[in-house]
Amino acid sequence: MTDTPLLSVRDLAVRFRTGAGQVRAVDGVSFDVRRGETLAVLGESGSGKSVTAQAIMGILPRPAGEVVAGSIVYDGRDLLAEDPNRVRKLRGDEIAMVFQDPLSSLNPVFRVGWQIGEMFRRHRGASRRDARAAAVELMERVGIPAARRRVDDFPHQFSGGMRQRIMIAMALALKPRLLIADEPTTALDVTVQAQIMRLLADLRREEGMALVLITHDLGVVADVADRALLMYAGRAVETGDIREVYDHAAHPYTRGLMASIPDLDAPRERLTPVRGAPPNLLDLPSGCSFHPRCPHATDRCSVDDPVLRPIDGRPEEHRSACHYAEEVLAGEREPV
Amino acid sequence: MTDTLTDLGSPPAAPVPEQVVRARRRAGSGRIRFASAVIGIYVLAAVFGPWLVGYDSVATSTGDRLLPPGSRTEDGSLAIFGTDQVGQDLFAQVLQGARISIAVGVATLLLAGVIGVAIGVVAGWYGRWLDGALMRLADVQLTFPSILLAIFIAALLGPSVVNVVIVLAISNWVTFARVARSQVLVTKNRDFVDATRTLGARSWHLVRRCVLPACAAPVLVVATVEIGHVILAEASLSFLGLGTPASSPSWGVTIANGRNYLGDAWWISTIPGICLALLVVSFGLLGDALRDRFDPKLKNL
Repeated sequence: MTDTPLLSVRDLAVRFRTGAGQVRAVDGVSFDVRRGETLAVLGESGSGKSVTAQAIMGILPRPAGEVVAGSIVYDGRDLLAEDPNRVRKLRGDEIAMVFQDPLSSLNPVFRVGWQIGEMFRRHRGASRRDARAAAVELMERVGIPAARRRVDDFPHQFSGGMRQRIMIAMALALKPRLLIADEPTTALDVTVQAQIMRLLADLRREEGMALVLITHDLGVVADVADRALLMYAGRAVETGDIREVYDHAAHPYTRGLMASIPDLDAPRERLTPVRGAPPNLLDLPSGCSFHPRCPHATDRCSVDDPVLRPIDGRPEEHRSACHYAEEVLAGEREPV
Repeated sequence: MTDTLTDLGSPPAAPVPEQVVRARRRAGSGRIRFASAVIGIYVLAAVFGPWLVGYDSVATSTGDRLLPPGSRTEDGSLAIFGTDQVGQDLFAQVLQGARISIAVGVATLLLAGVIGVAIGVVAGWYGRWLDGALMRLADVQLTFPSILLAIFIAALLGPSVVNVVIVLAISNWVTFARVARSQVLVTKNRDFVDATRTLGARSWHLVRRCVLPACAAPVLVVATVEIGHVILAEASLSFLGLGTPASSPSWGVTIANGRNYLGDAWWISTIPGICLALLVVSFGLLGDALRDRFDPKLKNL
């Protein structure tokens, strides 16, 4: 174990060409994922979380989407600069991904055992029989009952939660060192969400792999993640240790998201939503892009674009992109 | 979710939706059975007929000229469909014609299908300028009436069975290309393709495993619809003398031969014409029924 991060994303910028113009879906995002840790990437729809994951996995929709700046360094190798064939080998072998919608992310025309086994056949050169046995083993591992019998079923014969387990099995087949899960529980029933989240956490611990957990649900990741990265309009607005960020949120957006989580222990009161709607990426506000929705905004915020910076009196790791982070943290700045 | 809903809400009303679903699932099964039976008979006749009833393209028997259906020939055998202007048994000729027509139809579809699907998949998968170029080529070709194009190419290549297949394949690949391309465009943005890509798959693997299986059903439906057109086009070309040579008496050739005798010997042109019409209609029925059942979206194609 060394101190260099497993994955290091620096100043990543992704541009999308749309009919209405160009959009910077991700704009200068930097973060690290250390070996074996869980990073939660949080934010509303359209904040650039999924696009970041797509850029890492090299599956940006083409030709519309394109990485225009920055680097994605995995274990010392820049995925954007290196030979595409070698990068392709890395994916699947060392970096894997679980998708949001398990209903559409399995190939409908092949049996699930065959699909899982394909990983072993193609990457490891396993025989059909060995691949099938390995598939059954993996299916048992991700908690699919009667795996031996169900290995020859087609994807449509499984429920959503079971399909997500199959996706996870495929992603884990080659024991990746980094797993990216893009809203792995969003398309599932609430009761199943917790099971899948627990499964991911358990597997992460057992395999010692790093996990990037993308979600818009702050509650879901609280117990699972080590660190958090909050994104808004394609930028990182706050980052740090997850307990630190949750307990000492130093960006008005983070505060707003916290206030909109229902708390069972708190006295009954109305939830406070973040007011307004996510910004139109085609026409971002000047200055801090959150300022039109921010209860603390001043004239400075509409002109001066804040950068991610450490906060006075908090650990160095904890950073916020707000001019008034200290005041927000201290609760001194009253909403104007 | 939907399961629980139907479970809770359906008991009193259960039989009705179930019947509707079942009826829909069976859409066109009567047509499919009828058309398949007719086509099956044709295929049997084409495979075994010429083998049972020998046909010699250069034999003539002047004494038996223009006998009406059901006559006895000089050697005492029964000419069910009558004889033609050189005394050849029309029944044997029609059987031989069935073999040629169906063989040409199948071979053409295979060739056109392989070329068309390959072009469609390449265009849909790589997109950009290649897609533009290939699809404009297809558009240009569609602006020509296909039979005109076929006549033009056939006149250049000269009559032979192989040339007919080539000519008809050239004028039929476009439909396959369009269907394959549209299917690729739908499939390539599905999550499972991205998921497979994140697992380290190459383009070729993605095309083979994710895209081609999705193309199979609509392409088969289109092939069934097209085979009728192809057989008809082959008959037209042969009728015009640009298709199969006289030594391979496809239906079009026989119909053309009987044209001069329509007044005295109607059966020479009429019987192969009826055979042709029945087969083409059956393929049309089968194609429509299969399309309704498997891919209703193709209706406007």
